[in-house]
Amino acid sequence: MAEPILQVRDLCVRLSGRLILDHVSFDVLRGRTLGVVGESGSGKSVTASALMGLVPIASGSVKFGSREVAGLSERAWRALRGRQIAMVFQDPMSAFLPVRSVGAQIDEQIRAHERLSRTDARARTVQLLQRMEVPDAAQMARRYPHQLSGGLRQRAMIAMALSCRPDLLIADEPTTALDVTVQAQILALLREVSQRDAGVMLITHDMGVVAQSCADVVVMYAGVIVERGSVETILQAPLHPYTQALMAATPEIDGPRPARLATIPGQPPSPASRPQGCVFQPRCGYAHEACGRRPPLRSHAGRDVACVLYEGAA
Amino acid sequence: MRSVALRLGQGACVLVGISMLVFAVFFATPGADPTARIAGRGASPQILARIRHDYGFDRALPVQYIRMMDKLFVARDLTSFVDHGERVVPEVFAAAPVTLSLVGGAAIIWVGLSVLIGVVCALWPNGIVDRVLMGLSVLLLSIPVFWLGEVVNLVTQSRYHDTMLFSWVPPLGYVPFLQSPSGWFRSLLLPWLVLSSSFAGLYARVLRAELMAASGEDYMRTARAKGLSPLRIMLNHGLRMSWLGFVSLFGLDVAQLIGGGALLTEVVFALPGVGHLTYRALTDLDLPLIMATVLYSAAFVVIANALVDLVYLALDPRLRTGTRHG
Repeated sequence: MAEPILQVRDLCVRLSGRLILDHVSFDVLRGRTLGVVGESGSGKSVTASALMGLVPIASGSVKFGSREVAGLSERAWRALRGRQIAMVFQDPMSAFLPVRSVGAQIDEQIRAHERLSRTDARARTVQLLQRMEVPDAAQMARRYPHQLSGGLRQRAMIAMALSCRPDLLIADEPTTALDVTVQAQILALLREVSQRDAGVMLITHDMGVVAQSCADVVVMYAGVIVERGSVETILQAPLHPYTQALMAATPEIDGPRPARLATIPGQPPSPASRPQGCVFQPRCGYAHEACGRRPPLRSHAGRDVACVLYEGAA
Repeated sequence: MRSVALRLGQGACVLVGISMLVFAVFFATPGADPTARIAGRGASPQILARIRHDYGFDRALPVQYIRMMDKLFVARDLTSFVDHGERVVPEVFAAAPVTLSLVGGAAIIWVGLSVLIGVVCALWPNGIVDRVLMGLSVLLLSIPVFWLGEVVNLVTQSRYHDTMLFSWVPPLGYVPFLQSPSGWFRSLLLPWLVLSSSFAGLYARVLRAELMAASGEDYMRTARAKGLSPLRIMLNHGLRMSWLGFVSLFGLDVAQLIGGGALLTEVVFALPGVGHLTYRALTDLDLPLIMATVLYSAAFVVIANALVDLVYLALDPRLRTGTRHG
């Protein structure tokens, strides 16, 4: 078993009085990319923000290596952010400041955390861009975000995230805004990062992305983890009805093309109207009276799943 | 290079258009005929006819227009219709440094003050400091400049002038910089503060609103995720983007003030600036002086617009398309 870089236990986040994350627990292991999947509004991005200290943690524990970070002061968080935990965002166009060169923005992060001269910071920036396979890196560093292609922008974003050698890289939908061909390149790059540089937590709504680049996966729904395990186990035999529905809604690359792609009827609940019992029960085809009680995550068939269907038969 | 030439051409067209408009309006205004005024009371018809001929008022309007433009720009010996023999161009050039000093100093003060207030308010939005400063800026914004100026004069010139606090205040009026730099500074300090007050209030509010709007943007989230301090985020990211709206507002305000918009401040503090001159020209319906001051202020608006465009190019590389291949 690889050592955990990040251990999250019973993480709860409350925003304006509403419970957004409800006892979320998972680990990110060194060298293994963790995928966090779910529909919009399932709490994926809030999880990322909580791990960056950008939203307050209501309760629970978040451990980086052996250091507990829940409850740190804003100043202490600032020293961690960008240095030990870094983040890559969905749209690299709007995530970069449009009026300063890409290189200057990477330099800024390096110099915010380390005492380096401008020239040394720029040298590292160029080196990072080269490692992200940006062609003509010194020249590219002087360009403005709008002068780069989407793929190059996202490579620059990843270079910026890695600029202070963080332990954990959180990528929030890093390929959603990109062309399909570029997506594959960025995912390959992230795979390499996870083996060489840092733990990677990849947030996505796309099961295909998970299959391509993750080793472990956490399936979230309405602020709750419903299934958790290794990618092979879960993709081969999803147990939770929500995971099954998500898989059914993903088209197969080979094999017959379905006449109509399956959808999940209904909408994910808003934090205000979250059901008392199992969160997926209102949209679930297997719902019955036992679902009025919230099922805990239990180990079953090589993964953890929160569903009454698998209780008792471990 | 081509765009610069285009801009210059545009500016020239604007100035020609304005000069024609001013000229036409003057002759369409009832009672504007300068002949009677130049001749004085009870002049005989013969004298009126001679003056009309001497000044060229009996010629066709286009000819009069062209002669006036020639005297204004080429010969530069255009004389006032009201004050005999008073040359108009040197008058404007004598008034311009006063107004430039007044507006330049005030602009520095109001930009500095509003950036300070805007950034502080955006750093701690809805806190006590924010509320107090925003209230203060509404107050500054709504105090009329002539009232504030008169009150300042009352306090510093008469009532408390002999106290320690205000004994440095010179009598009203302008001291040229070259004559005495310290006198120049002392004569202008209070006018600067008075003129900048309402602009400081307005600009602080505009900047705070821009910064607050920017704080929800993705690039601000990135800045936070980089682990920068709130001040760095505000200055290097928020302010860097919010400058854009600020600059266009600033360019136009400064241009209209230099062009004579600082009239009230100039009158209250007895500064012989362009606003004063324009005011005199208009009350006397003195066409040569009106023409000179209006064209002078229009030229500043055109120049300021061009400068704003240049500053935009410097601040926002996205507008520089075509200069470099991306």
